[in-house]
Amino acid sequence: MSFSVPKKLQTEINRTIKKYPEKRSASLMLLHAVQEEFGYVSNEAIEWIADKLELQPINVYELVTFYPMFRQAPAGKHVLKVCRTLSCALGGAKTLHGHLCNKLGLDRNAHGLQTSKDGQFSVEYVECLASCGTAPVMMCDDDFFEGVSLEKADEILEANQ
Amino acid sequence: MPKEYRLILKHADEPRYSNDLGCYLKHGGYKALKKALKLKNKRVEGKGTLSPQEWIREEVKASGLRGRGGAGFSCGLKWSFVDRRSGKPIYLICNADESEPGTFKDRQIIYKDPHQLIEGMIISAYANDVNLAYIYIRGEFVEGAKILDQALAEARENNLLGKNILGSGFDLDIHVHRGAGAYICGEETALFNSLEGKRGEPRNKPPFPTTHGLFGEPTAINNVETLVNVLPIVQMGGEAYAAEGTERSPGTKLFCLSGRVNRPGTYEVEFGATLRDLMDLAGGLVDGSELRAVMLGGAAGSFVGPEALDMPLTLEDTRVAGASLGSGVVMIFDQHDDLVDTVRRIAEFFRDESCGQCVPCRVGTVRQEEVLVRLGRGSHIDDERDLLDDLATVMRDASICGLGQTASGAIRSAIELGLLDGIAATGGTEGEGSR
Ligand SMILES: Cc1cc2nc3c(=O)[nH]c(=O)nc-3n(C[C@H](O)[C@H](O)[C@H](O)COP(=O)(O)O)c2cc1C
Ligand code: SF4
Ligand code: FES
Repeated sequence: MSFSVPKKLQTEINRTIKKYPEKRSASLMLLHAVQEEFGYVSNEAIEWIADKLELQPINVYELVTFYPMFRQAPAGKHVLKVCRTLSCALGGAKTLHGHLCNKLGLDRNAHGLQTSKDGQFSVEYVECLASCGTAPVMMCDDDFFEGVSLEKADEILEANQ
Repeated sequence: MPKEYRLILKHADEPRYSNDLGCYLKHGGYKALKKALKLKNKRVEGKGTLSPQEWIREEVKASGLRGRGGAGFSCGLKWSFVDRRSGKPIYLICNADESEPGTFKDRQIIYKDPHQLIEGMIISAYANDVNLAYIYIRGEFVEGAKILDQALAEARENNLLGKNILGSGFDLDIHVHRGAGAYICGEETALFNSLEGKRGEPRNKPPFPTTHGLFGEPTAINNVETLVNVLPIVQMGGEAYAAEGTERSPGTKLFCLSGRVNRPGTYEVEFGATLRDLMDLAGGLVDGSELRAVMLGGAAGSFVGPEALDMPLTLEDTRVAGASLGSGVVMIFDQHDDLVDTVRRIAEFFRDESCGQCVPCRVGTVRQEEVLVRLGRGSHIDDERDLLDDLATVMRDASICGLGQTASGAIRSAIELGLLDGIAATGGTEGEGSR
């Protein structure tokens, strides 16, 4: 297996596991850590986590398919999540999403996550991000952007080029 | 002009207030904890001798504090159900999943004043004989999780957590556990499964968390805002707290205003303020807007019309009106908003977020969405009403958890208010693509 986890991450993971009375509990936190490091959760990663937590791979795999935040394939270098729920829909989420898709050469009507040709950005719709007072809201990777006008969206794209 | 009354967001929005321990201590932080840990056994008339833990639980009961996560259940009563006899470890869980559409209040506390939550949790853990507690935070709050981790580390360094807290003999640790984008994990039993490393599928109730919660052991689970309210209760005493707000909804509530108002945001008011008060606080309707409907309680809540403007916002008054306060969502719609599409979005949300475990909800949410899509394409509500009624009945009566049970509520209220009547809508409300 070509999957290898850097030392620093190993240490972090071992520390995480100790926070729980049962190893299995650490599954979600390990999946987050692995996805952060590698950009997605590969089959090798699933096996590695299962081994680490003394589980069957299926026990980890079923989490990856259940929880929307986990990906089984690489995404673009930056992931843009556009909230489309009620307050953001009122605030122009559809226009914002459409604008991003146009700029990146993506299909605004396609389902699920899409990645631009140059691999720089992925775009997806998500449900309420708990920031509805400043709609429309989006995330670029781990950062929140609120009250996102089309100009602001352009700036976000530019800053992450 | 109505005023805010800030018991919880006391300092959070002051210009130089920061989220580190030093700042919190300067503003009187951890005084309630010190008070709690110094309590001695007390003789209370009619109740005999109470241990410090019992005393805090009694005060919380006397305060009338009700859960701020959505259901509004009495916190004191919930704590009194926690199984202390079995000798099993007891867990405390803070529900920081904050995923009800329209809700953004817990984040104010987590991001701006995390130590307030931690202090509330330490006292709540102490009162419930808990030595290990978790904060389950929604996965998208990456920054929030870091802020909490940092605050917990500060607390540990200062012996506010860990072994023998402040020399009291009480041990506690608190860890942050991140969710991963599933709305259903805010439901308490789905949350336990998720924390155990399983799919976030709700469990059948009973048994209830207070006897069979995390790892099947007794568990107290409360929302962020609920746990923070334990601080003023310990500080001022249960009875004084009960005098705030209304008799059956004591204290203050963080309301989340969004939609067509001038200053959307979180406003803290005493229970009993009216919708009109809140809208005034938020700067009134935006120019050119006429109030059409207000969504109370989020997607799991319901719509009310302009006639509800003077309804006091309490758990009891909203219930009488057939609505619910839920987590404090107040979403304002005006005459320009496409309500058929909004309601379709609610249906789509529930179809998307149903965990799929039970048939009434898994299939019902799909059928319900189909109807709303048809309505958007010009079909008439009179031709769809029977089907929607049937679906609502089945989902409400036969679903395992609150998601399925409430998935038709907002839609039904929209029908009753005539919001979906006779509209050959704006044409293709096809939906924005679903996952
Ligand atoms: C589908 C669903 C989603 C929920 N989401 C949340 C949530 O995001 N945050 C929360 O505190 N409670 C949520 N709840 C309510 C919890 O199940 C539970 O009632 C609450 O954590 C209890 O805390 P409280 O008594 O302090 O309100 C949700 C319930 C359901 C049915
Ligand atoms: S009601 Fe819906 S969300 Fe709840 S357990 Fe059933 S399928 Fe899952
Ligand atoms: S609706 Fe977009 S953040 Fe809540």
